[in-house]
Amino acid sequence: MSGFRDATRSGAPLEAPATAWPGGQAGAPPSGSAPISPQRQLRQRSPRTRRLADRAVRVFAWAAAWLGIAVLALILYAVVSRGLHAWSTDFFTRATPGDPMQTGGGMANAILGTVLITAFAAVLGIPLGLLAGIYLAEIGRGSRLATAVRIMANVLSGAPSIIVGIFAYALLVKPLGHYSGYAGGFALAVIMLPVMARTAEDMLVMVPNEMRESALALGAPRWKVTFGVVLRAARSGLVTGAVLALVRVSGETAPLLFTAFNSPFWTRGLGGPTANLTVTIYNFALSPYRNWQDLAWGAALLIVVAVLGVSVVARLLFARETER
Amino acid sequence: MKEVRWATRTRVAALLILVLALPALAAILAACGSSSSGNATLPGNGGTTSPSAGAGSTFTVPPRTSNAIIGAGSTFAYPLYSKWASEYQAVSGVNLNYQAIGSGGGIAQIEAKTVDFGASDAPLAPADLQANNLVQFPGTIGGVVLAINVGGIGQGQLRLTGPVLAKVYLGQITKWNDPAIAALNPGLKLPATQITVVHRSDGSGTSWIFTNYLSAISPDWKNKVGFGTEVNWPTGVGGKGSAGVAAYVQQINGSIGYVEYAYALQNNMNYAQLQNKAGAWVKPSLASFAAAAANANWAKVPDFDLALVNEPGATSWPITGASFVLMQKEQTDAARGKMVLKFFDWGFKNGRAASQSLDYVPLPDKLVTLVEHTWSTSLTANGAPIWP
Amino acid sequence: MSAIPSEAPNRPRGVATATPRGARRFADPLFHLTVRLAAASVAVLVVAIFIVLVLDARLSIRTFGLKFLWSDVWLPTNHQFGALSSIYGTLVSTAIAMAIATPLALVIALLLVELLHPAVSRVVGTAIELLAAVPSIIYGMWGLFVLAPFMGRHVEPWLSAHLGFIPVFSGPPLGIGMLTAGLILALMILPFITAVARDVLRMVPQVTKEAGYGMGSTTWEVTRKVSLRYGLQGIIGALFLGLGRALGETMAVAFVAGQLMQVKVGWFWNMNTITSTLANSFTEASDKLFLSVLIELGLILFAITVTIQLIAQVWLRRVGRSLGSER
Repeated sequence: MSGFRDATRSGAPLEAPATAWPGGQAGAPPSGSAPISPQRQLRQRSPRTRRLADRAVRVFAWAAAWLGIAVLALILYAVVSRGLHAWSTDFFTRATPGDPMQTGGGMANAILGTVLITAFAAVLGIPLGLLAGIYLAEIGRGSRLATAVRIMANVLSGAPSIIVGIFAYALLVKPLGHYSGYAGGFALAVIMLPVMARTAEDMLVMVPNEMRESALALGAPRWKVTFGVVLRAARSGLVTGAVLALVRVSGETAPLLFTAFNSPFWTRGLGGPTANLTVTIYNFALSPYRNWQDLAWGAALLIVVAVLGVSVVARLLFARETER
Repeated sequence: MKEVRWATRTRVAALLILVLALPALAAILAACGSSSSGNATLPGNGGTTSPSAGAGSTFTVPPRTSNAIIGAGSTFAYPLYSKWASEYQAVSGVNLNYQAIGSGGGIAQIEAKTVDFGASDAPLAPADLQANNLVQFPGTIGGVVLAINVGGIGQGQLRLTGPVLAKVYLGQITKWNDPAIAALNPGLKLPATQITVVHRSDGSGTSWIFTNYLSAISPDWKNKVGFGTEVNWPTGVGGKGSAGVAAYVQQINGSIGYVEYAYALQNNMNYAQLQNKAGAWVKPSLASFAAAAANANWAKVPDFDLALVNEPGATSWPITGASFVLMQKEQTDAARGKMVLKFFDWGFKNGRAASQSLDYVPLPDKLVTLVEHTWSTSLTANGAPIWP
Repeated sequence: MSAIPSEAPNRPRGVATATPRGARRFADPLFHLTVRLAAASVAVLVVAIFIVLVLDARLSIRTFGLKFLWSDVWLPTNHQFGALSSIYGTLVSTAIAMAIATPLALVIALLLVELLHPAVSRVVGTAIELLAAVPSIIYGMWGLFVLAPFMGRHVEPWLSAHLGFIPVFSGPPLGIGMLTAGLILALMILPFITAVARDVLRMVPQVTKEAGYGMGSTTWEVTRKVSLRYGLQGIIGALFLGLGRALGETMAVAFVAGQLMQVKVGWFWNMNTITSTLANSFTEASDKLFLSVLIELGLILFAITVTIQLIAQVWLRRVGRSLGSER
C-alpha cells in the first residue's frame, strides 16, 4: 500500500507520466520541486477523513450549483415575467414607438440593428482574438512578447465598457463627425477581443503536446498543425470562448451610447446612427411609462433567449463532447 | 441526440451562410420598408398615413433626401421630444432622431457639431455660451416633486416648508415626528420613524433644480452644500435616475426623495405639499408648474439663464425648472438649422396636448415669443438670419 | 518551442496535401506573421486607449497631481475631487466578488465535469451560461428591485443584529451598498469563471485522472491534486477573466452603489467604485475639469489592472516553479 500512501502525501504520482505536468509540456520530470518536509511526510490522513472530505466537497458542489441555479432562476423569472407579455407580432415587426403613451409598437428596428452591430463586432473580434490566442499558445509561447501581450489582454478585458465607448468615439465618431453602427461594432469588438484571445490561449495550451509532435513528425507545416490538429482538439473550449465573448457584449449599453447612438428609425445599414436593443432598453426601462418599460423587459428577454440560441447553435455546429 | 458528423468544411460553410444571411435579410427588409406598398405589418411608408394612431407605424426609413435632424442630451426631455418627433414626422416628413445621452453629452456633442441641437437640463451661463458660440433657449418645463413613504399619512396631506425640507436633507431633522414637521401638520399623526433621505446617485438636472431651490431658501444649505447637477449630499442614500429614487422611496419605510413629476404620478406615489414664496400651500400639478413659469421674469435674464425655483405667484410650485436647447450660433447648413427651429416652433404651438399628456408644461405664450425673437436675432448662417 | 522546420524534407507520397506546391512556401511565414499581427493588435489597442485616456486626463492630472490618489474629497460644486473612495470601493467590491465567486465557480465546474450525467451537465452548464447573457442593465435593475430590498429587509438587519460586532457588518442596513454591490458582481462573474473552468477541467486527459483514481484517490483528491494542477493556467485564466469583468463592470454596480464618495469600513454603507462613478457622472458632466477627473479615474483603473496583473505574474512564476512546471 505504499503507493497509496505516497499519493496522498505529496500528490505526485510515483511515476512521472510525460503528460502529467501542467499544460502538457513534454519531457523530463520537474526540476527544482520543493522538498517534502518530514512533517508532511508523517501526516497521514485516514481513509475515513478523505472520504468525508470528498463527501463534504460533493455536498458543497451540489449546494453551490443549486444556489447558482436558484439565483439564475430568480433573475430569469424576473426577466420572463416582465418581458414575455411584451412579445407579440408587433414587437417583432414594428419600430420603437416615439410616443410613450401609445400602446403597441415594437422593437424590430432595434433588433435588426443589434444583430448587425453584433455580427460586425463578432466578425472583427472573434477571428482576431483566435489568432492572438494562437500566437500566445503556439508560436510565441514563453517569449517575453507573449507575456506582455497576455498582460495587455487581461488589462483590456478589465477596461470599463464606458472607456471603450469613449475610445471608439474619439477614434471613429468625432473625426468623422457622425455616429455610426460601425463605430459601435468596433467598440464591441475591442471588448470581445481579449475575452476570445485569453480563452483561446488557455484552451489551446491544454491540448497535449503529443498531438502537435505527431503531426509535426508526419511533416505537416506549422499552420496545418495548428488549424488541423490543435484547433480541432480544443474545439469545444474555443466555442465556449467565442460564445463568452459574444455574451460579454450582448448586454453592453455604454459603448454604444456614444458610437452607434441609437435611432427610432428603421435600420438601413451601419453607416449612421443605428437603432439597438441595449440603448433602447436603457432609455425605456428607466422612464416612467409602462408601455416603454414593458418593451424594455421584452427586449431584455429577447437578448437572453437569443444568446441561448446562439450558444446552442454554435455548440451543435462546432463542438463535440470529448469522447475519451 | 444522434451525433451529426459534418466535415469541418461543411460547418464553416454553415456558419458563413448564417453570418451572411443576416445582412442580406437586413437589406431585403430595408428595401421592403422603403417601398410604398402600405404593408400593415412593417413600419409604414412615407409618413403620409395616419398620425400617432398607428403604433410605431409613423417611423419609416429616412428618405434619401436629407430630411433628418439629430439631437442629443437631456434625459428629462427625452419622452417629450420623442413624442413630438413622431407626431411631427407625420405632418412634415422631417425625421428627428433625439437620444438621451445626458445633458453633459448633449453639451459636448453640440460643441463637437455631431448633432444639430443639444439639450441640457441645467442652463449654461452666458459666459459659457459665449465661449462656445452657442445659443440657448428653453424647450419645455417640468416640476420636481417630493415623494414620501410614511405610514398613516394620506395622499398629498403632508406639508413641508422649504427651510424644513433643507434641514431634512442636511440631516438635521431625523425623525418624522420632529417638532418642526409636527408644527406644520397639526392634524396628522406622525410616526416616530427615522427619515431616510433619498437623493440622486447620478448627475442630473433634477438635482440641479432641487439643490437650486434648497440654496435659494436656506442659506445654511447654500453654504454647506451649494447647488449643481452633482453635490456632496450630507446624508441619505443615492438612487440611479428618478426611477432609482422612486424605487427606493417605495421600498424604504419612512423615506423621502425628489423625483420628476411624471414618476410620482405614474407610480402613484405619496407626495408632500410645499409652501411657496407667496406663503400658500401648493400641491404639485401641471397648473402649479405653469403658474411658476408664467410668473417668471424671463425678459430680465440674458440667454434664458433662469431656474424657476421659488417663483412668485399664489399658485406657483416652488420647485419648477426648464429644460434647455442649445444650438450653434453660426449654422453651417441653413436648411438644417431652419428644420430644427420649425420643429420646435411646431412643438411650442401644436405640441401642447402632447406635452400635457406626458406631464410636461408647455411654454407660456409670452415665453414662446421671446424665444422666437432670440432665434431671429442670434441664429445665423453665412451671416444671414435663418428665422423666420 | 524550439525552431521546427516548417516542412520536413522527403515528404512521403500519398499523404494528402491541401496546399499547392507554390503556396507552401508562403503559408507558414504568412501564418507566423498573421498571428503575430493579431497579438500585436491587442497591445496596440491597449496603448491607444491609454494614450486617449492620458490626453483627456491631462487637465485633471495637472490640477490635482499625485494627491488625487489618496484624497477622498469630492465636492463637484467646488471643483475639488479625490479618487480614494472610488479606488477603495473598486478594490473591496472586487475582492468580495472574487471571494464569493471563485469557490462557487470551481465547485460548480467540478460538478458539471465529474459528478453530473453528461446530458444534465450540458443543460445545467448552458443554464449557467445564460446568467452571463443577461444584460448588465438588467442585473442593475434586478439588483435595484429585487436584491437590494431583500438584503435590506432580511439579510443585512440579521447580520447587523447577530454579527454587528464585526466591523465590516456595520452601517445603515438598507440593502444598498458594498455588500450588495459585491454580490451582484459575484453573480455576474460566476458564469464566466464557471464556463472556462468547466472547459479546462474537461480537457484534462482521462489517462491522467485515471492514474490518480487507480491509486485510490477520491474524486475531490483527483480534482485538487491532478485536474486543477494540470489545468492551473486555464483556471488562473478563468479567474482573470472574472476579475477583469468585475473590475470593468459599469452598469450593474451603478444601480446598487448609492454613490457615497467616502471611505467606510462597514459594508452596509453606500459606496462607489471607479466604474459606478463613471457610469453615474459621465453623461451629465459638462464641466471640463469634472470630465477630465472622470477620465483620470478610468486611467487609474487601468493602472490598478496592470498592477494586479504584474503581481499575479510574479506570484504565478513562483508558484509554477514550486509545482515543478518549467513555465
